[in-house]
This record gives sequence, C-alpha cells and structure tokens, in this order.
Amino acid sequence: MAAHLSYGRVNLNVLREAARKELREFLDRCAGSKAIVWDEYLTGPFGLIAQYSLLKEHEVEKMFTLKPGSLPPADVKNIIFFVRPKLEIMDIIAGNVKSEVKQRSHRDFHILFVPRRSLLCEQRLEEQGVLGSFINIDQYILDLIPYDGDLLSMESESAFRECYLENDQTSLYHAAKGLMTLQALYGTIPQIYGKGECARHVANMMLRMKREFAGSQNQILPVFDTLLLLDRNVDLLTPLATQLTYEGLIDEIYGITNGYAKLPPEKFIQKKQGEGGKDLPTEPKKLQLNSAEELYAEIRDKNFNAVGAVLSKKAKIISAAFEERHNAKTVGEIKQFVSQLPHMQAARSSLANHTSIAELIKDITTSEAFFDNLTVEQEFMTGVDTDKVNTYIEDCIAQKDPLIKILRLVCMQSVCNNGLKQKVLDYYKREILQTYGYEHILTLNNLEKAGLLKLQTNARNNYPTIRKTLKLWMDDVNEQNPNDISYVYSGYAPLSVRLAQILVRPGWRSIEEVLKMLPGPHFEERQQLPSGLHKKRENRTTLIFFLGGVTYAEIAALRFLSQVEEGGTEYIIASTKLINGTSWIKSLMDKLEAPPF
Amino acid sequence: MGSELSQNSVTEAKIFHSAYRTGVAILTKAYRFSVVTNIEDQKIWRLPDVPGLQTSGLSCWTVISQDRQTKLVLASGRNIYVLDSDSCTSVTVPGLDPDISSYLHMSASFNYKYLALYTNTGCIWMGTSNLKEKLGEFDCKFHAPPKQMVWCRRPRSQQPSVVLMWDSLLLVAGKSNESIQYPYDELYLVPELDGVRIIGSKSHEFLHEVPATCEEIFKIASMAPGALLLEAHKEYKKESQKADEYLREIKDQNLLPTAVEQCIEAAGFEYEPETQKMLLRAASFGKSFLSNFSPERFVTMCRELRVLNAVRDYTVGMPLTYVQFRQLTVQVLIDRLVFRRLYPLAIEICKHLKIREFQGVSHVLKHWACFKVQQKEPDEDIAHAINQKLGDTAGISYSEIAAKAYECGRPELAIMLLDFEPQSGEQVPLLLKMKRGQLALNKAIESGDTDLVYTVVMYLKNEMNRRDFFLTLRKHPVALSLYRQFCKHQEQDTLKDLYNQEDDHQELANFYVQESYQEAKVEVRVAELQKAVDEYSKARNEFAAKATEEQIKLLKFQRKLQDETDKPYVDRSLHDTVYSLLLEGSHRHAEQLYKDFKIPDKRYWWLKISALAEKNDWEELEKFSKSKKSPIGYLAFVEVCVKHQNKYEAKKYVSKVTPELKVKAHLLVGEVEQAADIAIERKNENDLNLVLSRCNQSTDRSLVERLNKARSGANKK
Repeated sequence: MAAHLSYGRVNLNVLREAARKELREFLDRCAGSKAIVWDEYLTGPFGLIAQYSLLKEHEVEKMFTLKPGSLPPADVKNIIFFVRPKLEIMDIIAGNVKSEVKQRSHRDFHILFVPRRSLLCEQRLEEQGVLGSFINIDQYILDLIPYDGDLLSMESESAFRECYLENDQTSLYHAAKGLMTLQALYGTIPQIYGKGECARHVANMMLRMKREFAGSQNQILPVFDTLLLLDRNVDLLTPLATQLTYEGLIDEIYGITNGYAKLPPEKFIQKKQGEGGKDLPTEPKKLQLNSAEELYAEIRDKNFNAVGAVLSKKAKIISAAFEERHNAKTVGEIKQFVSQLPHMQAARSSLANHTSIAELIKDITTSEAFFDNLTVEQEFMTGVDTDKVNTYIEDCIAQKDPLIKILRLVCMQSVCNNGLKQKVLDYYKREILQTYGYEHILTLNNLEKAGLLKLQTNARNNYPTIRKTLKLWMDDVNEQNPNDISYVYSGYAPLSVRLAQILVRPGWRSIEEVLKMLPGPHFEERQQLPSGLHKKRENRTTLIFFLGGVTYAEIAALRFLSQVEEGGTEYIIASTKLINGTSWIKSLMDKLEAPPF
Repeated sequence: MGSELSQNSVTEAKIFHSAYRTGVAILTKAYRFSVVTNIEDQKIWRLPDVPGLQTSGLSCWTVISQDRQTKLVLASGRNIYVLDSDSCTSVTVPGLDPDISSYLHMSASFNYKYLALYTNTGCIWMGTSNLKEKLGEFDCKFHAPPKQMVWCRRPRSQQPSVVLMWDSLLLVAGKSNESIQYPYDELYLVPELDGVRIIGSKSHEFLHEVPATCEEIFKIASMAPGALLLEAHKEYKKESQKADEYLREIKDQNLLPTAVEQCIEAAGFEYEPETQKMLLRAASFGKSFLSNFSPERFVTMCRELRVLNAVRDYTVGMPLTYVQFRQLTVQVLIDRLVFRRLYPLAIEICKHLKIREFQGVSHVLKHWACFKVQQKEPDEDIAHAINQKLGDTAGISYSEIAAKAYECGRPELAIMLLDFEPQSGEQVPLLLKMKRGQLALNKAIESGDTDLVYTVVMYLKNEMNRRDFFLTLRKHPVALSLYRQFCKHQEQDTLKDLYNQEDDHQELANFYVQESYQEAKVEVRVAELQKAVDEYSKARNEFAAKATEEQIKLLKFQRKLQDETDKPYVDRSLHDTVYSLLLEGSHRHAEQLYKDFKIPDKRYWWLKISALAEKNDWEELEKFSKSKKSPIGYLAFVEVCVKHQNKYEAKKYVSKVTPELKVKAHLLVGEVEQAADIAIERKNENDLNLVLSRCNQSTDRSLVERLNKARSGANKK
C-alpha cells in the first residue's frame, strides 16, 4: 500500500507505521463497534495514513461528517469525534452530544484531537456542560504526514496566512514538535541552518524542547546530517511563477489535493469496440499521483516539454513487450509471458492515463493566453520593465480575467522590483477594486502585509543583484537533459532551492550580502550527538523544511539536485503544505459577501 | 458504607487480596455478607442471604477471589455453602466422612485454588477451592479447633500441605500419614505466596517446602547434574583431577547447561550469602565450559541476590524470598523502600539494577523532594537542596514537586521550584492554580505552545478588569495577536474595543469594512463605510480612504439606479455595473460612471466593445471604432468579433491593426495565406512559426515550403 514511502534514502514508512500503530491503539481503547464523526478537513490527510479498511478492522462501522444538530442514527456503541482543536468545532460537538443525551442513547463518546489536545477546547466543552460525557479525550499527533518517498507535509493550508498575517505561530509549534518526533525516530540532526523569522522561531523551540528532554539521550544513528529551515517569505517569487514541470502543471491547472488530482473525464473514456460513446461520465476522474507508479515517478519532475518524448518511448517499449507473445513458442515461454502480463497491463494503463493528462495539459500550454502570461512572467523575472504599469496586466484586468491570475502577476512584478512606485501600485489597486469589487480592499491589504505587494521605498531595487548573484535566470536552459535546476521554470531557478544548493557548496558565507537583502535572520546551530554516533558518511542527507509551503517545481528541483553527483547531498523535503501560486494567493484572500437583499 | 452496615453491627471482617488490590468481606450481626472488592473505590456488594443461618449458626467462612470473581465459602452445621454475587449454593464436599457434624475451621490457599477444612472429628480435608476434587486428607485426631490453619505451598508445587497451630504446637499435615510437629509458644502464622511466615514474640521464621532444585542438589548422594557440578567445582578448588571426572559425567549426558541453570536457580532459594556464592561460583565454573550459554540469567541472579541480601539486612528488615521478590517486581520494592524513606538504598538499588531513570532514580528523587518540601526549613534552603540533588535529571518533574509544596501551603517555595522546571508547558497549570497569571503568561509564551497561551489569556480575561487585561496583552504581542484571532471568530465587539485601545486605525477601518458587508441595508452600509473612511484617513492610508469613498459613491449610485430601473445593481463591481449598463444600452449612465470614476480609457474601450459585440450591435461597434483613435488598438476589435462568431465584422478591422500584430489578426479571421504573406515579408521568426503551426493537411504545399524557406532565412539572420 505504501511501499513507495520506503524506496528513498530515508525510510519514511517508519513514520507512517508509527502513526498507524498509534491510531490502532486509540481505536482499541474504545472497545466495541464504533462510528467516526469526521472534521471534514481531516479526511484528506488521514487518507495518507490509513484507508477505511484499517478502520474497519477495528470495528469502525459508520463514518459521518461533523455537522451541527443531531447525529445520524447508527447502531454502534461508540461515537468518536476526529477533529481539529477549534472552538467552533467544539460548539458543534457539544450540540451533537446534547441531542444524543436528550434521546437517551447509551453510547460512549470519545474525542480524538488532531494534531494535539487543547486545554482551551476542553474548557469550552466544560462550559457547554458536555466534557463529562466523554470517556476518552485523546490526541493524535499527526504533525508531519509522509506524502511520498522523500516528502512530508503538515497539510496545514493556512500556515502561511497564520504566520505572516495573523502572527499566530501555532503551526510553527506543530512543526517543531513534528521535527522532534522525526528526531526520535531517525536520530538527532547534528546541524541546523535556517533563514527567516519563522525558521529562527522553530529552531529555538526545537532547541528548547531538546533541553526539556535532556538526559533521555537518543541513541539512534542520525539519518539526517543537516536540517535547513526556510521561511516562505524569504522567497516570495517562486510560488508566483507558473510551474513548468509535469507535476507542477497538473497542480497549476487541476490542483492536487492530498495526493489526488481530479481531471476532466472526457479523455479517459475506455474506447470499447462496437460501442459508441453513449454515456459520457460526468464525474471528474480521480487519480492518485505518487512515486508508487513507476511511469509517474519517471516523468513527474521533468519539464513538460520533455514528457512527450518519454511517453512515446514508453509506448514503443510496451507495445514491443506485448508483441513478445508471438515469439513465445514453448509452454515455458508462454508461462513466463503470462506471469509478466499483470505488470505490463498496469504499465499500459498507466501510460494511457498519462498520455491523456499530457494531452489535456498540452491543449492549455499551447494556447495563446498561456504563452502571453508566461512571457510576461519571464519578463518580470529577468527584470524587464518591472517599474511601469504592464499593458498585458492592464488588458487582462480590462477583460476581467480571473482575479487570482491578476494578483499573481501584480505581486510578481512587485517582488521583482522590490516594491512598486506609489503611482504604479495605486493604479493597479484601483483597477482591481473597480473591476473586481471594492471588497477586495481587504485582500490587497493582506497581500501588502505579507510583503507580496509593497510600496517601493527610497532603497534601491535589489532584485537584480539577488538575481545575478544567485543566478536566478539562466538563458541556456536545457529542458530535455537539464544541467541546472532552472529547467523547472524554463529559465528561472527557484531562489529557495538555490539557497539550499549554495549552502552545500560553497556555503552561505559566499553570499552574505544577498542573505542580508532577504528578510529575516540566517543562522546555524549545532546539536550535540552522544559520543559514538558521529558518522563518517559520504552520502549526506539534508532535511529541508519550507515554513509556509512548497511548490512541486521546487520539489522537482531538489530531486534533481539529489540525483546529480556534484549536489553533495540528498534531500528529504518537508513543508507545512504543498502549494501553488493560486492556492497560496487564495489562502491570503478575505472573502466578503453581502447578505442578499 | 452501605446503610445495611450502619444499621447492623459488624461481627466479623476478613481482608483479602483480589485482582483489584485489597478487598474486605464483612459479616453483620444479622448474618448478612457484604463485599468490597477494592477498598480504593468503596463499591459495596450485598451478597444474597443464606437460608437457615439464623437458626443453625455460622461456624466458619472464608473468601475465594479468583478470575475477578469473589465468592464466599461458609460452613453452617454440616452444610457448606458457596455464596456469590447473585446466588447461594449448597455443596457436598467430596470424599468426606458422612458422620461429620460440623466444620471448625476453613482456609483458602494464597492463590485461592485450594481449600482446607477442619472437621469436628479432627480430620483435615484438602481439596480444590471449587470443592469438586479432593487432594488429600489427614486425621490429626485433635478435637480442639486449631487457632490457625493456613496453607503452605509454593507455586506449581504438587504437594498439598497445611500448617495448623494450637496453643503450643505447630503441625504440618500433607498427603502422607505422617505429620511434622514443632513445639512452639505464642505465635502467629501469615500465609504467603511460597510459604508461611511464623511470627513469634521474639523470632520471625519462614516455613516453606524445600524447592525441588535445592533438594536435587543437596540431597545426599544426589546424581543430579547440579549436584555433580557443585561437586566438580569443590574438587576443582582442591585442585583435584576428580573435578574433570565429575564434569565429564555431566558433559557426557549433555546436561551441563541444565547443571548451570540448576545451580543458578538454587542460589536464588538460599538465604546464606555463603551458600549463594558457593552455588553461583559452581554455575560460573560450569558456564566457562559452555560456548553459547547466555550470561543473562547468571548476571541477573547475581544482581538481584545482592539487592535481596541488602533488603534482608536487619536494619532494613524486609525478609523477602526470591519468589516473592519476582512476584512483587522491583518497582514495588523500590516504592516500599521509598515509603520507608530509605531513599539512598532505593537509589543504589536502581543504579545497581540499571533501571531506566524515570522509573528508577528520578522516581525516588521525586519522592524524596516531595518529602523534603514538607520539612520545616527555610524555602530557599529547601529549593537549593532539591535543585542540588536533582539537577537536570531526566524525567524529573519539578512542577509535580512544586504542586506538592503548594499543597503544603508553601506557594513561595512552589514558585522557586517551578523555576527549575525545564518544560515551561508544565509550569503553566500550577501557576494558574496559584493565581500567578502574569508569570504563567510569560511561561506559556516561552513554551511556544499557543494553546497554553490561549489558556492563560482566557484565564486572565476572567480574572482581570478589561483595562488591565488589555494593558497586559499589549505587553505581550504574541498573546495579543492570538487573542485577536479568538475575538475575530468569537467576539467581534471585543475586537473593536481592542483596536480602539491600541489606536490601530488601519485595522479598525478594515473592521468597519467587514461590518458593512454584514449589513443588508444600503444606508447602514454606507454609515459603516463612512466610519472606515475616517479610520483610514486617521491611519494616513489615503488610497484606502479614497477608494472607500468611491465605494460609497458607487453604492449610492447603484441604489438610485436600482430604484429607478428595478434591476439589481448593488454589489456589482464598478466594472460590472458599467458593463450591464452598456448591455442595456444605458450609454448615458455608463458615460457618467466612466467620467465620475475616472475609468481609464483603455478599460472603458474594452468594456464598450465587449458589450457591443456581446449584444451583436455591430453597427454601433463600427461607429465607435471610428469615433477616435482606439487606445487599445484594433486587434481587440478583431478579437471580440471572433469571440462572438462574426468573422465578417472582424475582417473589417484587420486592415487597421498595426503591422506587428497583423499576422495574428489574419490568423484570427482564418486568412492563413494573407498571414503567411505578411510573415514572409516581415521575415519574423515568431510570426513564421505561428503561421506554420496553423498549417495543416489542407494547406497549400507551396505555401508551407515558402514559409519554411523564409524561416530558415530568418534563422540565419
């Protein structure tokens, strides 16, 4: 089921198994048949840990979504609420329980808080007079969820907003706790580097927590050599750019949530002979995307322009393999062919799926709108006319293109110009308010607070310096056989990944000046290892943690660095959430809707 | 306890051990039984009445607690009853002389598996406690009832044996016809897991069955492997070659591992350190001839014996047998030592047995510290002494100790101790209990755990008056922003007060904007927005102030329009409003908005031509295109026409498109050849590519060739 988690350098299945064990133990503590009432937000992340079958084995017979009012009828002994510790949710639970009590049902109630118990919430339940009704109140520590063989995510959608807009560092506390769990399973990480305010805060908490557990030395040989903590606001530019890797584009266009993408169904219809396409499916096609699928693992991180070649090569190999059957003469040969059949068929259906997806994407990437948008992005990233009002953006507003697209571009221009002149900024803002509605004044305010939109102060525009020093733009990019990370954006090398790359070689000291231009402090900490656990290993492993989200293209770039020899280290990636420009901007928007008249 | 007990005086009570710790069985004057299976939770069970007890009387009874079930066995005259929570059954004892008229005594074994009955004829019946099987009988011929009768057996022993005591005699009875008798005065018997403790006025003895292993080793002329090994070792010490003979004898039978194990096991049963050493040395000697014998048992035995010998010392006075020690576990032993305040010994034992810190040393130290805080010494001295001893020992919870200090009425000491607590999270609840809100807030923030911060903030909110509360928050930005988040979801009004208090005009303005959207009435909304304008101005956010003023202007305009036309305009953006007006042909209103709101020409042109195209007003579109020079060029005209499927109209504007965009324009209207001509003429590679990408099977071959040729030319250039 989750074999792909153990393929990588670090066996992340250990983490998943630990999480599953804990879940089973909790379920067994509530003896008898049970129904789970889900905080809907949690179902996706939980899917990465355990399928329904596991729950079923532990007598979970029904599942409901948490809703105000009374619970649906179910003939079970236990009702378990799987929820995040939020006050609004506590009120709903209290309502559920009260109505059950009124109906004199003899059920046992339990709460499982994810990822952590909360005194505040328990107080609220007490105020509501239902705290005593719960037999078990427990926590399910699910900070870092194994997402793929080299990828961990907290699946915390609002982390960036909370940290940078609301000054609420809850997710950072969970991140620090998650890192402590990782260290308990994979050994103390001897070196910690970081850049940014949040990174500093997380590192401080980690060091503090380590002191709290002083004495209980961790006797595991460290798996990770280095931890690199990066604030998302150190690199605001990268997520704004359109990702050009295969996986990145799937996410940009269709969105990938909790490892699944929902795609338009038309291209996935099985063409059966003699049957016209009489019933067209209307439900979107849901596909799980991870490295367990051999073909996907091969193409996910490629520049989209290099995907076609691989797919056609694969097609040839597979049809050749199927042709083999004509050569099979002896019974033994036929038997061998048949034994390979399931694998070949899986490969063929995988190929068919990805060919369809690639066709869908190609229709979009070859469109003029896509091309024009990309051209403007690339102009900004190379520093062309970033100080003036851009006609393309103007035209897009005039034609009322989607607001998020506009915001992505305007923010990008602001970031690439280290802020916009008052006149330009006000012009854009006014255009947006007039076209999309004045209610977006709050969203614009948020973007300014997060530093995505900014007024240029007297200071010089330092983006060109950063771009040149860090080689953020590469003209001679090779999309087919890349030799540099810039292939993931067809020219632009993600700043965050450059920082990671330079940290390994030649070290951050070489870019002190640029580091000072980027927001937040940069730092280095060492954690003492118990004697005897110092290892001399050539293959270094770095855990890189993006506080505030990471894009698929950045992940692709890091995987590329893991593969090249001169990279010097292999990366395991952790993040508060997997994001793209659209989902990211969306998380920063404030929706205001007036009541109907 | 139950009302039954308060009404009827208790005549007898028996204390027993059960699966739930210690229980008590009670007999009242009215011959009613009640049972408490765990004295900790005091749940009392009334047992059913036994018929006829009132008349025939009760001679003896005992408690059987097995498999989480507690039963009573009682004798009344010649009848035996088994009493459980819901029934009373009369039982016939198998294999007993029917002449018996009464039972004088009964006793259950330590594990409740066996029962012994003493009859009026002086016969001792031994059997299983379910009274289904008889194990043996012994006739001691005494008619006087014994003072005490207890079982004496070790776990897994096959021999039933019972010890009886009369005034000056102790008698051990078993299956055989013979009995062992000891003369004694004044003593008391305590049945235990593996024997009987005999407590006299001046002595303390332990009577138990000789363990099989010891018997095998020490029996005269024993040929058991253990005995031979012991002998071999003795000879070896004498440097006699007989040692080899003995060893060979064991080895020939492949029994050396058994021999070693026997010696180790026997050592555990011995009390004299010299004998223990003798056996262990023999084991060690035998072990050296074995290559893959795990040393673990040997090492554990040595360590544990050392501990046992230490606690058996008279100054400590815990004469535990090895079997008892194993049954109790080290944890319990340590707890008992701690209870007797033998802290140093407990710590030494923990270290010697290498017990994990939080169960061992830390555990003992914690108890020591909890005891220490109750001493009458100055706070500083105690805090210092505790910290000195405990330091940063893992698993020590200073907050637990502090809680104890607080419980003993020493809050100052508690605070001093809390300061040593490395986990700030642990400090908070106690600090709150001690009403040190401010300190708790500092600690909560330090921990980084936002839930804790929330908890303290909520506490402070209830404890303090509003002004002080806000002032406190102001000093702690982290707490302040968390409280803001809380208010945003839970208490909107407080949020406003909070911003007011801080003179945060920007946020206040945003707050009013948000408020305005909660309102259905345009007038109220305008009022809220007006407040927002004021606050934005105070915050020197001129842009926002102006934009909000514009919004008010638009709202009022839309309201008026809505009243006039009875169409919904309110809540559309300016852009959408203008667009609808244009679609509806209200050009006058559209123009007015265009001017009043200073809509840029470019956008207005886009708006107008899109609207005209949408309503297929081609005439007006053409007129508009000629009204003045288009600020958005003419490709836009081509595009809107094509968008609404009118290539004919679109073609009208192609000629007006600037040369750079002409290729695109031609392609839009489907004129590939013209596009090709221009592209070839302009020798622009991008244009050429664009045209080529539109060529397909039906395109003229020669055209494609010309394009390709031009492209290669452009390439070279």
